[in-house]
Amino acid sequence: MGDGSHLGKVRGLGSSGHGSHHWLQQRLTALGNILLVGFLFVSLIRLPLGDHGAVLRWASNPMVALALILMVVSVFWHLRLGLQVLIEDYVHGPMRLLALVLLNFYAIGGAAYGIFAIVRIALAPAVAGPGGM
Amino acid sequence: MAGNEPNTRPRAPHLQVYKWGPAMAVSILHRASGDGLAIVGAGLFLWWLGAIAAGPDAYAAFVACIWHDPSPEISLFHQITNILGKVVLVGLTWAFFQHLFSGLRHLVLDAGAGYELKSNKLWSTVVIAAGVFATAATWLYILAEAL
Repeated sequence: MGDGSHLGKVRGLGSSGHGSHHWLQQRLTALGNILLVGFLFVSLIRLPLGDHGAVLRWASNPMVALALILMVVSVFWHLRLGLQVLIEDYVHGPMRLLALVLLNFYAIGGAAYGIFAIVRIALAPAVAGPGGM
Repeated sequence: MAGNEPNTRPRAPHLQVYKWGPAMAVSILHRASGDGLAIVGAGLFLWWLGAIAAGPDAYAAFVACIWHDPSPEISLFHQITNILGKVVLVGLTWAFFQHLFSGLRHLVLDAGAGYELKSNKLWSTVVIAAGVFATAATWLYILAEAL
């Protein structure tokens, strides 16, 4: 953990000036989530969820696809911040570093998977019949 | 030691001697619901998105697993996951509303308002009640639509 300098002794052990940045990002992504997850919730209630064609038509609308991509960014950013605090409260010692690394894998990997799935949906051929994809 | 006369002296705060209040409950529920949404909710959402992108067969398999398997001979695995899926969906609905309402409460607290003992207790209680009420209303609506 560093070379024994003042900076080296504290690096990785606390917020070291990033606390208010974390706090503000959590609030801003929370506001984004209210709008975007609210939109998803209303959509899920109104969609015939058993009908793949109807769900696909909804999700491939450019405005919906854009909103879904923004939602994935806002949600995964917010959950990374929230789970980071959970880990910092309950996980101690070397396991904490491992947990934080795994959290970053989950947040970045999950967001990438979600965005890629939305892009696949939005750019899929419009009326692909059976075997037409 | 004297007799067993009750001790009427005030007691110092202690980690294991306290009375649960709504503000404490809403605080831990915010964390619990947030973690549930972050892990189970986000995971299920990604599974759903992936199934939409993968096509009608994959989507039908997703629905058959978590909601209803239309085949005449339902496997034991799907019998279990059909029930589990509904339990998880109701739980996620509650977690969404609980986290939304208590998150709004946090935004108000961030502005420096609502810390007085009475209003803090009132709004904590309102948040918990509204979460349960909105969850019930949502599923009653879904059931009414399905019938």
